[in-house]
Order: sequence, then structure tokens, then C-alpha cells
Amino acid sequence: MRGVDGTGSGGAGRRTDGEHGRPDRAPQPRDVPTRPGADAALLGFARALRAAGVDASAERVHTFLRAVDELRPGMRADVYWAGRLTLCGGHDDLERYERVFAAYFGDAPRSRRTVPATPRPRLRLVVREGPAPGTAARDEHHDAPPAAALASSTEVLRHRDVAELGSADREQLRRLLAAFTLPGETRRSARRRPARRGEVDPHRTVRELLRRGGEPARLRRHSRAERPRRVVLLVDVSGSMAPYADALLRFAHAAARGTRTEVFTIGTRLTRVTRELSHRDPDPAMTALAEAVPDWRGGTRLGELLREFLDRWGQRGMARGAVVVLLSDGWERGDPELLGAQMRRLHRLAHRVVWANPRKARPGYAPLAAGMAAALPSVDAFVEGHSLAALERLAAVVRGAEPAPREGADRA
Amino acid sequence: MRARLEATGYLVDDGLALACFLALRLHRPIFCEGDAGVGKTALASALAEALDAPLIRLQCHEGIDASQALYDWDFPRQLLHLRAAEAAGVKDADRLESELYDRRFLVARPLLKALETNPSVLLVDEIDRADDEFEAFLLELLSEFSVTIPELGTLRAEVPPVVVLTSNRTREVHDALKRRCLYHWFDHPGFARELAIVRRRLPGVSARLAEQVTALVQALRSQDLLKPPGVAETIDWAQALDALGATEVDAELAVATLGSVLKYREDAERARGLDLAAVLAARGA
Repeated sequence: MRGVDGTGSGGAGRRTDGEHGRPDRAPQPRDVPTRPGADAALLGFARALRAAGVDASAERVHTFLRAVDELRPGMRADVYWAGRLTLCGGHDDLERYERVFAAYFGDAPRSRRTVPATPRPRLRLVVREGPAPGTAARDEHHDAPPAAALASSTEVLRHRDVAELGSADREQLRRLLAAFTLPGETRRSARRRPARRGEVDPHRTVRELLRRGGEPARLRRHSRAERPRRVVLLVDVSGSMAPYADALLRFAHAAARGTRTEVFTIGTRLTRVTRELSHRDPDPAMTALAEAVPDWRGGTRLGELLREFLDRWGQRGMARGAVVVLLSDGWERGDPELLGAQMRRLHRLAHRVVWANPRKARPGYAPLAAGMAAALPSVDAFVEGHSLAALERLAAVVRGAEPAPREGADRA
Repeated sequence: MRARLEATGYLVDDGLALACFLALRLHRPIFCEGDAGVGKTALASALAEALDAPLIRLQCHEGIDASQALYDWDFPRQLLHLRAAEAAGVKDADRLESELYDRRFLVARPLLKALETNPSVLLVDEIDRADDEFEAFLLELLSEFSVTIPELGTLRAEVPPVVVLTSNRTREVHDALKRRCLYHWFDHPGFARELAIVRRRLPGVSARLAEQVTALVQALRSQDLLKPPGVAETIDWAQALDALGATEVDAELAVATLGSVLKYREDAERARGLDLAAVLAARGA
């Protein structure tokens, strides 16, 4: 393209061909601008990106402007790549970037292959559910008819309305947090820590020796450190789980307080919500979560989403040696065999697979839902998840306790 | 830039060429993400060759710490020096002490070596395998391109090294680190580019074989596999077939050598169910 030394690269001097649109009104296609309105237009572009959900922080934008400065002025492809390289922070951002770039600067050049798109055309219709935000949406699980138990595979995107947590909810959260203070399962890590006994630690021993001017000193030892295993929660937020969703998400929040916990929601799509839940205060955490999850109370595609989880995260390392917890009722509209196969795959990767099913507590429950039946052989611990007590016990199971044989739910 | 990289046998597209250019101009690390075997690590060696600079590689793993990545004191040598000084009857304690913490007793690990070598290409491979603490430490180093050694003072790179970070996305790398970098996502290449890469890498393989293998891999990649093969696998496969003395491949031979591209039993079974002959026939003429 050009020499490393940058000769002929246009350097710092961008030409001043006047053409530039009004920076703030976004979507009119326009030419890639050049100075003097250039920076304003580029900043407007960054703002549009932020609106689309790309985390284009001030520092990134600054780098972007510097990068554009280095490039040939007014070249669309250069601006495209400069922005993509500096403003995007992950694969998820790329799709949004393409979209915003096309809308802001007109259609993208043809030469490039697009980023692998999401599997199906999106329904961009986002319905706010329930009354105005902040009002009595708390008892929403009462008006959720049990008929919602039928899982559907059609995708309806809606966001959840959150209300402030009441004192009862906070109490619940507090108890869950307490339940999570157990140390948890550990694995041996590669890191070594100073220890009373173990192998001789040459570094510290020699340092000790030096400190004493070369006189023989006591041998210092170290041994392998233990690390807590990662916990991965997959929370089903589909319609059939609506009565339990609040409690389960609070559970997830309590779990996410610990280190090394990853939380995903599954419904009609897979959403990683670890970051949203990382807020200490449950209110902002739940608000952020509600913003982030687009498929609230939609259908279920358990098998497909589990596969997506494993492809994108699990197999690369997130599920390896981890304790993976699925919070779902196992209603699967898709092919149960797919779910079964993915569960086997998950079971091979994970240290332990725990399935919490709120419906298990019902008298006479048998895992007849096709998905549940297919998944069960690959589940190490199958527990309930319908009440606070059951969730506390689930927390204990996640932390390594044996699931109580039966009827243990009342103690907890 | 592009021409220089391609001269080393590494084919780049617009985006990557631009990324390399900007990395050199802005002194920003390139953060490479993408599936395994798409050429993330190879980029660093190509850059090193193109810039005629040594490649310094830091392979990250869990539990990596500053003494493995940055510098360490050579304790045995320090001890020897001490003993020798004792034997010679050196009395000046202060001088002895300053001698002990001299640069020559410092063992430079990859990061320090990269700062001291000008110019150099530093490859921080699989950063996602290191722990968070190490990431924070790396962040500091990459923003200043200097390190402070308590006994020696601050060492600064005269010319910041070109830094390539790779991640396989086993976990999310922290934003603070990514923000410092130019982010580049590596896609699987299209047919023409992949063929060009295979031809470039394996000049000895017959043109027909290269074309067929590339077509097969592209077909496999469009299947729903646990681990879609990367370019590295394409090259492996072509090499394997070439080693068998084949100049072209039929469905039977492809199935027999499937092990060099697909590393999961489920994937191999799925591929056997595929009509490989049809794929070959489509490319046949």
C-alpha cells in the first residue's frame, strides 16, 4: 500500500476541500469528509457509534482522529479501517460498526466481505412491556399466565421493565449472598505460592542467602496455589421461566459478586451479562441487565443457544474445568437431540454440570419435557430452583456441596 | 507496507495492511483476535521479517509473572561474584553492593529484551491465557514503553517495539488494555485469497491439488463444525497429500487424510456424510 516510512502517505496535512455535511444530523449519506469540518463529522460518527452500543470512549476517538490524520485524506476505505481498528473493541462491535458506517457515510464499499452476520434477520421491534417504567411492575409474575409455559421458537424481542427492589427482595439477595460465601471448588493453578512445605523455592532461597551475605540460610519452599473454579451461569429468561426470572437473576447477581463467575441469559439469543451484573448495588445491576437482554420472555432455543455458547465461549476455555449451572425448565421447542448432543459436549468440557429446574419441586414431577429428558444424562447434579431455600441450596451445590438426596429443601 | 509483508510470503488484506501501517506510525500495539489458525501469530513473524527486526516472543500462560516476562536477577552469578569478592578480600561494602545489582546480573526476559532491542517486534501470544494481574502489568508497560527496576532506575525504549498481541478469546481481555491497541479481527479468507496463501506457502504442491484442497476446506468451513479448520489446517492438509505423492485428490483420498484438517470425531463423521466428490466435481473443470 505504502512505504513504512510513510513517504507519500499524505502525512499530517489533510486537504481542505470544503464539502462537509452538518455533523449532527446523522443518516444522510455523504462523502467521507475532509477538513475543516472533518473532525466534527468524525466526532459525529463516533457519537452515532456510541448510540449504537459501541463503547467508543474519548481515548479511542482521539486515537481514531490521529489515525485518520496519518492516512490519505478523504479515502473512504481508509477511514473505514481506521475507525474499525481504533473504535471497535471486540467482535461484537464489528457488526454494529458496519451498520453505523454504512448509515453515516453511505453504503459500504463492495470489495469487502462482511462480518459473519447473525444467523437470521433480526426483528428490530422492541416492545416495552407492562406499565410505565418504575411503577408497579414488580408483581409482573402474577399476571404471567402459566400458559406461557409453552416454549415457542418465534423470536419476540422485548426488554424487561425493572422496578426498585423492595426490602423483601433485598433481604433475599442478602441471604443469597451469604449462601455464596462458601469457598467454592478449587483447582490447582500453575502459580506457586510460598508455603511451609513443598518444593524448594530457588528464588527466595538464594535471595535469602544474598541477604545474609552468602551464609547458608534456611531453605524456602513453595507449592502450587489453589484457585477457585470458574462458575458459569446460564439463565433461561424465556416466557416459560417468567415466574422465576426475578429470583433467578438476583441469584445470578449474588453469584456474580464472587470472582470468576460468568453469567449468560438464554432465550431466543445468547447474551453475556457478566459486565452488567458486576455492579455491586443490585438496582443499577438489574437496570443494566434489563437494558442488555433483548429477548425477555420470548421463546426458547435451548439447544441452539447452548451450541452458540459452546462455540463462542465454552470450548475456547470458559467452560473448561468450570462449574456450569443451567437455570432452566428444559422446555425446548427445537430438536431435543441437538440439546442432548450439546449437553454431552458441555459435560466433556466442564468440571461439573448443575441443572436447576424450578419445576422439579412440583409434586409428581418427572423430567418429561423432551429437552430435559435429553439433557439429564449429562447432568451431574439436578436440583430445584423454585424458592429462596432451594436457591440457597443451589448456591451450596455450586460451591461443592453434595445435592441433598430428597426433601432436604426445607432445611437450608 | 503491504508489498513488504507480501514479500515475506504473508498475504494481507487492506485492513491488516492499514493496521500494520498505523501500528508503526502511532506506536500502538495490534490486538489480533480470530479463530485458531488464521495467521495471527504468523503476522508477527512476517512483520519482523518485513522490518528486518528480531522477533521476540512472549508466550503467555496461567501464572506468568514479572520474573518470567520482564526481568530477573541472576542470583547464582550474584552469589559467585560475592564469593569471589570475599576471597579477594574486598572490604568496600557499598561498592560491592552496587556491583551486585549491576546490569550484567540482570537477566532480560522477553519484555525487557524487546525494550532494549531497537528495532524489534514483540509478540505477546495468547494474552487471554495469562491472569488479570499480568494484563494490568502489561498495560503499564505498553503505554509507556518503559520499566522501572528499583535497583537500576527506569529503562526506556528509544524506539518503541512493534507489538502484536493475540487472543483466542478464551476470556474477555480487559477493556483498559484493548483501548490502547488497534483491534483487528481475523476472518477466514475467501477462496481466492486462501488459494493464494497455500500456493505461496507451498510452492512445491501441484496447482490442481492446492485448488482442490482449498475448495474442500472452504466447503467444510461452511458446514456446522465444532472446530472449523483454519488456514493452517489447509496448509497441513495440502502438505500431507503432497507427502503422499498426490497431485490431485479424490473423495476417497480426502476421507483417508481427513485427520489433518478435522480434529473432532463428530466433525470427521459429519464430513464423511458430505458429498466430497460433488465439491471436487464443482471445482473439477
